[in-house]
Amino acid sequence: MELNRRKLLAVGMAALGATGLGALPAFASLTDDEIAKFTGGAEAAAGDLKIGAPEIAENGNTVPIDVTAPGAVAVALFADGNPVPNVATFKFGPLNPSRAASTRIRLAKTQNVVAVAQMEDGTFQMASAEVKVTIGGCGG
Amino acid sequence: MASGVKPRVKVPKTASAGDTITIKSLISHKMESGQRKDKEGNLIPRSIINRFVVDFNGQNVIDVALEPAISTNPYFQFDATVHEAGEFTFTWYDDDGDVYETSKSIAMA
Amino acid sequence: MRSTLGIATAITLVAGAGLAQDQSTLNIEGEAMVTEVTAPAHMENVDTIYSGWRFRSLETQALETDDFDNPGMVFVDQAIDLWDKVDGAANKACSSCHEGGVEEFAGLRASMPQVRDGELVTMENLVNDCRTDRMEAEPWKWSSGQMTAMTALIGLQSRGMPVDVKIDGDAAPFWEQGKELYYTAVGQLQMSCSNCHEDNYGVMIRADHLSQGQINGFPTYRLKNAKLNSSHGRFKGCMKNIRATPYAEGGPEFKSLELYLASRGQGLSVETPSVRN
Repeated sequence: MELNRRKLLAVGMAALGATGLGALPAFASLTDDEIAKFTGGAEAAAGDLKIGAPEIAENGNTVPIDVTAPGAVAVALFADGNPVPNVATFKFGPLNPSRAASTRIRLAKTQNVVAVAQMEDGTFQMASAEVKVTIGGCGG
Repeated sequence: MASGVKPRVKVPKTASAGDTITIKSLISHKMESGQRKDKEGNLIPRSIINRFVVDFNGQNVIDVALEPAISTNPYFQFDATVHEAGEFTFTWYDDDGDVYETSKSIAMA
Repeated sequence: MRSTLGIATAITLVAGAGLAQDQSTLNIEGEAMVTEVTAPAHMENVDTIYSGWRFRSLETQALETDDFDNPGMVFVDQAIDLWDKVDGAANKACSSCHEGGVEEFAGLRASMPQVRDGELVTMENLVNDCRTDRMEAEPWKWSSGQMTAMTALIGLQSRGMPVDVKIDGDAAPFWEQGKELYYTAVGQLQMSCSNCHEDNYGVMIRADHLSQGQINGFPTYRLKNAKLNSSHGRFKGCMKNIRATPYAEGGPEFKSLELYLASRGQGLSVETPSVRN
């Protein structure tokens, strides 16, 4: 009983590292291609770029996420498990100091939300967050 | 014209010069992804809002390219720094060629 | 590990004990809502009643706290436009007769459904009666976009007020019928409302967190279909899930059930239009 509980707790507390600054997971190749279109093939490293996303999406139809990219001129968002990985591209104007935005997206299944930021100096940053998308019991 | 499309935006009425304000925007739109099928099994064609642009006194604040993964009733929240009184304009571009607009003024405190 | 008890409650198998309350205090636009109260006396098996808001994830809960985060509010805006729109042979809009504005209806949603002239009526009945009798317009379909928008707008006028429905006197036979329906097993899966919402609220059903099935927030914006849903629409969906033939929206069974369910929420705040999954 004790063991069971601990196991379940561990699963429930899965993503403390939601900002994925460590080893970046292998994305579906379609996503890699789309990311390459945005970066022109340039390297994207970890940086101040952050994604806020729930560990477990209550409903995959409407998942609130936010992205913060200090110093970025643009941020592209991808969902590597969706039929089409592109989600949105944000371009920030001079009156937008925080280079951050929140929105709500559709996720077809458990997958990584990936953000790629184009910085003012032309370099790129990348971050990802895993969002678990579950099948409800009484969606109705 | 896609029917029933209505914008809803929140901009503070006043701010002091140099303040950073939070803007919230929503528009009621189905965002038909192009992935769904009808009763006969045919794909329902994609029909979404594909771009959202916010300007302040003619200067761009944010310009978003939307894909079908953006949820129905697209919502965006972002900040803007205001140095003067003026008008925020919000423009949404639909795949079907329609353009939806609204604007909100802000005064200096 | 022991201190992060929030998630631990998801595994509790005892009904009622596992609420996984990510957040227990709801303020909408700064106004405090009652989401937890002693169950009314007629509920023999439940001590405390909770709003459905309490069973949702942190992110879903947050959507209801601000009227510009709440996606349901864009449909309230649409209803505000409809309020002034002339419709029907009598050349009237809602505003033609209701000169005090929709604010006139403060308190109405909190006491619905109710008995008038021996008949149990819901908000949808009142709207359609006005439309057909006084506006000489076509009735709106029960769960249509226009109807749910309008009942959301009218319901919003009671937001924050305690649910308070009459269940005695001429309401008693309808309430009894609703209660019986609540406890009757139906469908291929032979389940009653009570099996989930009374015996197992707080428990996970696959990945859904079962609520008590309260209707204090209806019509509600569901993340699942990204629109406002009427209570009868939701009952229909629930019945389909247990593989039962649903009763008709607007029919006597769902109206009685609506009355009974409203009474199970006595004292909770009206949250219309709420946000749920």
